[in-house]
Amino acid sequence: MRNPLSDKVIKMKPSGIRKFFDIVSEMPDAISLGVGEPDFDTPWNVREEGIYALEKGRTFYTSNAGLLELREAICDYTDRRFKIAYNPKNEVLLTVGGSEGIDVALRAMLNPGDEVIVPEPCFVSYVPCVELAGGVPVTVSLKNENEFRLTREQLEDAITDKTKVLIISYPNNPTGAIMEREDLEALVDVIIKHDLYVISDEIYSELTYKSEHVSIASLSGMRDRTIVINGFSKAFAMTGWRLGYALGPSMIIEQMTKIHQFAIMCAPTVSQYAAVVAMRDCEKDVANMRVAYDQRRRFLLNAFKEMGLPCFEPYGAFYMFPCIKEFDMTSEEFATRLLQSKKVAVVPGDAFGACGEGFLRISYAYSLEELKVAIDRIAEFVAELRLEKS
Amino acid sequence: MKTKILKLLENNAKLCTKDIAMMLGLDEALVINTIDGMEKEQIICGYNTIINWDKTDDERVTALIEVKVAPQRGDGFDRVAERIYNYEEVASLYLMSGGFDMSVFIEGKTMKEVAQFVARKLAPMEGVLSTSTHFVLKKYKEAGTKIEQSKKDERLVVTA
Repeated sequence: MRNPLSDKVIKMKPSGIRKFFDIVSEMPDAISLGVGEPDFDTPWNVREEGIYALEKGRTFYTSNAGLLELREAICDYTDRRFKIAYNPKNEVLLTVGGSEGIDVALRAMLNPGDEVIVPEPCFVSYVPCVELAGGVPVTVSLKNENEFRLTREQLEDAITDKTKVLIISYPNNPTGAIMEREDLEALVDVIIKHDLYVISDEIYSELTYKSEHVSIASLSGMRDRTIVINGFSKAFAMTGWRLGYALGPSMIIEQMTKIHQFAIMCAPTVSQYAAVVAMRDCEKDVANMRVAYDQRRRFLLNAFKEMGLPCFEPYGAFYMFPCIKEFDMTSEEFATRLLQSKKVAVVPGDAFGACGEGFLRISYAYSLEELKVAIDRIAEFVAELRLEKS
Repeated sequence: MKTKILKLLENNAKLCTKDIAMMLGLDEALVINTIDGMEKEQIICGYNTIINWDKTDDERVTALIEVKVAPQRGDGFDRVAERIYNYEEVASLYLMSGGFDMSVFIEGKTMKEVAQFVARKLAPMEGVLSTSTHFVLKKYKEAGTKIEQSKKDERLVVTA
């Protein structure tokens, strides 16, 4: 029999997260700080709307791009929060989570051999999605000393005459880094000079703790060369509803909608009805969650300081990215030993790109009580390692 | 800052000052002083615990009593209120708008005990015109806390 599989798929490496998931799953009593989704429940008014949609039998397909009412609500929200105007008719596409948006955007934009700049560490799907779309990922290693922001110099160094797209994702998973207005502004003329397009994954845009999130699409000259990926998972604690959206110039969104139409048909209808409420009536819920994350963030930052583990202050998402290079072991070794000896699961930094080696991703999407127990155990582990070394 | 501290304590009075300081990015001494100050000013009036007595061997019943009161010249409702709330059986007392004047929450060991309190102490009280007693059958939520919240973390242990 012939090999049923495509060479491209066989060559794709499984996600580093997956590997660690399998190890942790065998330890049911471990405390995990490895989760990439909120610990909060979806706000009740959103869930009620979902229930109501089911009761009313709203279980049909929507238009390919998504409910017009929701697209309008998204445009209002985006204008209100991030000061970018989009036309709900042809500049919004509802997707199955932000992930689909990334995939569809790349497939709509890339020709074989086009290079895509992917700053790492980053969300695990960018590189595989570029490859599946026939593009060539060109990774850039972000630096701890720059607080994992992409600098103008790093961007310039990565550009070749084949570069077409830059993917940025701030607030960032796994580092918790943000890029502020001036950081983004420093990139704009390079992007325009080299005629690049940007896919800006802003799924954590509601979760910043220093300054309000700035979208690169809101900067002068950038709107029509940017696809903004956003969604409901992180801001509204709606991961399981599988709903995201892409915003951008109609020329690109219309082609993305075409792919979406053939591959997906439409995003889940019940989720779309519920999401209208999230867009219009959840500011207070989001603010409360933001306050809680911020409190945990400060708590953890202080805890790392007390145990002497270097960690830059992250101002976004719900992750910390402490450095463990002093222990002369790989992130994976550290994480595995921590799991075995203290039953605390964290994700090795290299799961998010080779330059994440020497770091750990710690999620604070957990209650303070859980964080306290976990952090005490990490402190014990660190103390034991130092004793071992001396 | 006061509001931030109050919001934290409102949800969890057990939080220690060190944790509060860390969570809010404040100096611990400042947190201690602020809380002391708010206790003195009686912004913070007490620290209670939400207990599900049904899970213990202790019998408890709670009743809500709607009370109609004749307000008194000069004192309005306050004097009657004071006479009611000084009974230790009274867990909460509110002056209400609407069809009756006060809602009194009574805690007792048995329904009989509560009934006796109403019949012997509350109803005959000067100024009390009528009472209407409603027994609580089940508590679902108290002071913002769900009573039976055995929620398991059902998220996958490690996700991207």
